[in-house]
Amino acid sequence: MQRIGVFVCHCGSNIAATVDVKKVAEMALMEPGVVHSEDYQYMCSEAGQAKIAAAIHEKGLTGVVVCSCSPRMHETTFRKAAERAGLNPYMVEIANIREHCSWIHKDIEEGTKKAVILMRAAVAKVNLNAPLQAGESRVTKRALVIGGGIAGIQTALDIADAGYEVDIVEKTPSIGGRMSQLDKTFPTLDCSACILTPKMVEASAHEKIKIYTYSEVEKVSGFVGDFMVDIRKKARSVDMDKCTGCGVCQEKCPSKKAPSEFNRGLNTRSAIYTPFAQAIPNVPVIDREACIKFKTGKCGLCSKVCQAGAIDYDQQDEIITEKYGAIVVATGFDTINLDKYDEYAYSQSKDVITSLELERVMNAAGPTHGHLERLSDGKAPKEIVFIQCVGSRCSDDRGKPYCSKICCMYTAKHAMLIRDKYPDVNVTVFYIDVRTPGKNFDEFYRRAVEQYGVNYIKGQVGKVIPQPDGKLLVQGSDLLDNRQILKEADMVVLATAIEPNPDVRKIATMLTASIDTNNFLTEAHAKLRPVESPTAGIFLSGVCQGPKDIPETVAQAGAAAVKAIGLLAKDKLLTNPCTAQSDILLCNGCSTCENVCPYGAITYEDKEVNDHGIRETRRVAVVNNALCQGCGACTVACPSGAMDLQGFSNRQIIAEVDAICR
Amino acid sequence: MSLENKEFKPKIVAFCCNWCSYAGADLAGSSRLSYPADVKIIRVPCSCRVNPMFILRAFEKGADGVIMCGCHPGDCHYSTGNYYARRRMTLLFSMLDYIGVENGRTRVEWVSAAEGVKFSETMNSFVEKIYSLGENVRLGDLRCKN
Amino acid sequence: MQELINRAKELLADGTVARVLGWKAGDLPYNPEPAYFETAEAMEDFVYNGFCGANLSKYMIEASRLEGKTLVCLKPCDTYSFNQLIKEHRVDREKAYIVGVGCKGKLDIEKVKKQGIKGIESIGGAEIADEAETLTIQTIYGEKTCAYADVMLERCHVCKGKDHMVYDEIIGESKETKDAERFDEVARIEAMSPQEKFAFFQKELSKCIRCNACRNACPACSCRKCVFDSNKFDSSQKANVDTFEEKMFHIIRAFHVAGRCTDCGECSRVCPQGIPLHLFNRKFIKDIDELYGEYQAGEDTDSKAPLTNYTFEDAEPSIVGKRG
Repeated sequence: MQRIGVFVCHCGSNIAATVDVKKVAEMALMEPGVVHSEDYQYMCSEAGQAKIAAAIHEKGLTGVVVCSCSPRMHETTFRKAAERAGLNPYMVEIANIREHCSWIHKDIEEGTKKAVILMRAAVAKVNLNAPLQAGESRVTKRALVIGGGIAGIQTALDIADAGYEVDIVEKTPSIGGRMSQLDKTFPTLDCSACILTPKMVEASAHEKIKIYTYSEVEKVSGFVGDFMVDIRKKARSVDMDKCTGCGVCQEKCPSKKAPSEFNRGLNTRSAIYTPFAQAIPNVPVIDREACIKFKTGKCGLCSKVCQAGAIDYDQQDEIITEKYGAIVVATGFDTINLDKYDEYAYSQSKDVITSLELERVMNAAGPTHGHLERLSDGKAPKEIVFIQCVGSRCSDDRGKPYCSKICCMYTAKHAMLIRDKYPDVNVTVFYIDVRTPGKNFDEFYRRAVEQYGVNYIKGQVGKVIPQPDGKLLVQGSDLLDNRQILKEADMVVLATAIEPNPDVRKIATMLTASIDTNNFLTEAHAKLRPVESPTAGIFLSGVCQGPKDIPETVAQAGAAAVKAIGLLAKDKLLTNPCTAQSDILLCNGCSTCENVCPYGAITYEDKEVNDHGIRETRRVAVVNNALCQGCGACTVACPSGAMDLQGFSNRQIIAEVDAICR
Repeated sequence: MSLENKEFKPKIVAFCCNWCSYAGADLAGSSRLSYPADVKIIRVPCSCRVNPMFILRAFEKGADGVIMCGCHPGDCHYSTGNYYARRRMTLLFSMLDYIGVENGRTRVEWVSAAEGVKFSETMNSFVEKIYSLGENVRLGDLRCKN
Repeated sequence: MQELINRAKELLADGTVARVLGWKAGDLPYNPEPAYFETAEAMEDFVYNGFCGANLSKYMIEASRLEGKTLVCLKPCDTYSFNQLIKEHRVDREKAYIVGVGCKGKLDIEKVKKQGIKGIESIGGAEIADEAETLTIQTIYGEKTCAYADVMLERCHVCKGKDHMVYDEIIGESKETKDAERFDEVARIEAMSPQEKFAFFQKELSKCIRCNACRNACPACSCRKCVFDSNKFDSSQKANVDTFEEKMFHIIRAFHVAGRCTDCGECSRVCPQGIPLHLFNRKFIKDIDELYGEYQAGEDTDSKAPLTNYTFEDAEPSIVGKRG
């Protein structure tokens, strides 16, 4: 029989306000095995932990139940406290009477009743707990960064600077990401490329960094400290070692009709291409969909003009398998599809563009070579209307419920830059709110209004109607003056909501990292562990976790790097001892468990068993505790009940069920 | 509903996987999104840890409803656990339905760690369903001698 | 039958097999029982007729541990069970010399008795070689007859076919006896109201005396120790006590063999209370076929079983309520 102590936390008034904690403690004494109970203001405080330690010593406790907040919060705290007092940490269980009880129930009688039942279930479980020992697993001292934008580059640089090997996997032919597409950056207005390219060069030159561009993560197995990743290096059709990056192939390529991804489809590129001038690596890729040679078998001009002989039409995709200790996701974002926003005439008029498209229009390397012109007729616009929150803060399913965070600032930037370069152009911004929380942000916005005379109108735009003369009629409302506005514009710019890169779903599935309803990766704790995924060994960098601007992204990238470094610096990790175990006397050797194990942790061996005096050799399941992650799939697949999960055994769970239904 | 139902306090067991649904329940709690106290949560590492034996045991011991929550398909912390759980529960629920146990007493919902609202809504709707079904007598009576 | 006996004697004599696993006559004309024969003399007791319904595959779990090969007589439907046992590493294919025996449908003595035939002394026409469509039964009240097809086991009316899935040689002809649809009975129950379903199963299950005959005969129910006999789930056997495992025994048993059950029908054949236990297993098979694609356990030895398999698009459990 266990000797169990029950400790009931008030959590200030968080629990005590709707749960009679004294009553819970009192009722605990009536449970089998309970020899001690007490309540205290803050069980997680040092004084609270000391009470647990004291009771373990004085009453000779063999098990502890703490009725407190979620085990996801303080299970580790209490287990460590028990361990320090000489108790096996796995003899501690938590009854969650805060998140699952006091915070959701208002009636103290009801709350107390439920808390007592939750306490009983935990006591029933601890009665069947057994001491467990954590094992050890090794750490591969190499990190993988998925995504080669500013977030990925910064994370890789920081990890590499700490002395660890890092691989960057980037889907497109070059690193640089969204930031490489931006013209200027707020609130300092420095040139995006000018501050980004040195970082790209630094990353590519770093001896600890290996960059796989035009590559994708294909498969991930393993676990924290020991991930095994398959990377698909897509066939570039150009030998990266031979290519000198002279660019002749791109000039000569006769197929020039493929939309330029880098310029958001506003102009075209050749079939063999580097996405932009400063691309790293400066090695082109053949777009096999657009290439005449691949489509018809005829052409081969690039191969003929390539002095280096780098063109290789027969190149195949290559799978690289590498081991990593930590993985950082930095998959970034895209703008949302505007098909559902017909009222803004985005698909009808070339002069209605997204802000990211405007970045390309304003950029010297863009489709208009940096001249502000209408994409329909090349004329200089005189009247530009910006529409804010297109798809952001949206209550229906056309857009996103969240604020995309960067739009207010980049619109102020665009407005300011246009007014600065083209003082004769009128700029009007329709906004819901202007959100400028950030260092020097509000000052920046006020400059746009006060110094540059940008016309901000609080109100939404209902419709943009293309006119026969090519102008755009903007119908909006001015909420402050309470009047309808009809405005003729030459160009309309939509501050389009951003969303996580659509590929992130696939990646999250491979990494078993959780994702929220908006496809942003979930952090382990919204406040306290914002750069870690709940899945151990997976870290989050940049917009894949939530909308952010460049300085925030860089800060988070560094934080993710620090977390990864903290992991890589360890030689060994303690493994979760709540693993499956097979009872060889009950095992049929049927292999059913092996078939459902996602980690290949179960193997079959011929073992000599002594079954009540009968010695024989049997085929039995053996669990590799270093590989087992403790999901329990095998325990249910096993018909005989030979397979059980330590810490969540059949009998423990049934005891909880019984306690709840009592 | 009848008068005696006002007295009826159902026993409802919710199996929640540690990584998504239990965290979703925590979020419902910290967001103060209430649901009836009839629901008691049992934490399991993964929905694939839920043995049909546990569910039948709960009914045998007097539970009026059993709900299992796990990560959304594709998002399982252990990659594939909820896929197996989904097949197991589908077959089990179908069997219970086949022997005449009201289908509404069993449910599976996928609730992510970010879906505190969904967790609370799910529990509210499930409890409402159990109230409408009333006390569970059939499973307990299944083998009563005639 | 004689061909079978001769061949068995031959294989015993040349040392190919150490024993023969077949049937010997019981104390009544209609209850032959599984038996081992180790010598040619012992083979004199060997019988094979229409009452040899017993599926011998399960005996091969034991026989696989014995010295030497065992000649095992398997009817077409038994070979599915044998394959399934190979798949689960429970039997050793190398230890078995499989003689696929012909089958023209197996008989259900309860159906004979239900026709009012009592005091049975001998039965003619049940021999496998006999092509007779009629059973001639000598009783203390005189000679009676009944049509063979009318007194066949339920499982033979939904016969999976006359092909053996695994064998070393085949002796004797098999006959297709299927004249009913396998899932009709399940579908009929599915169409009932919850009250009717409940009443039906309560009536049937209330007959159960927990004798475990179903479990003992079932080739899929072959755990070294059944969960209902171990303390792993706090559910060890408490016979005649109205507890969880008593009530849930049949549901859990069916669940444990779901995706592994070949629908051999032994559970229903051996039930002394006449409970149509196959209706549980067949419900799972029907659901599996409908939800996850047609699957016949024991058809092969390497396909993925439905419960150890999945697809992203699998039906949600809520489909149960939606199907009505």
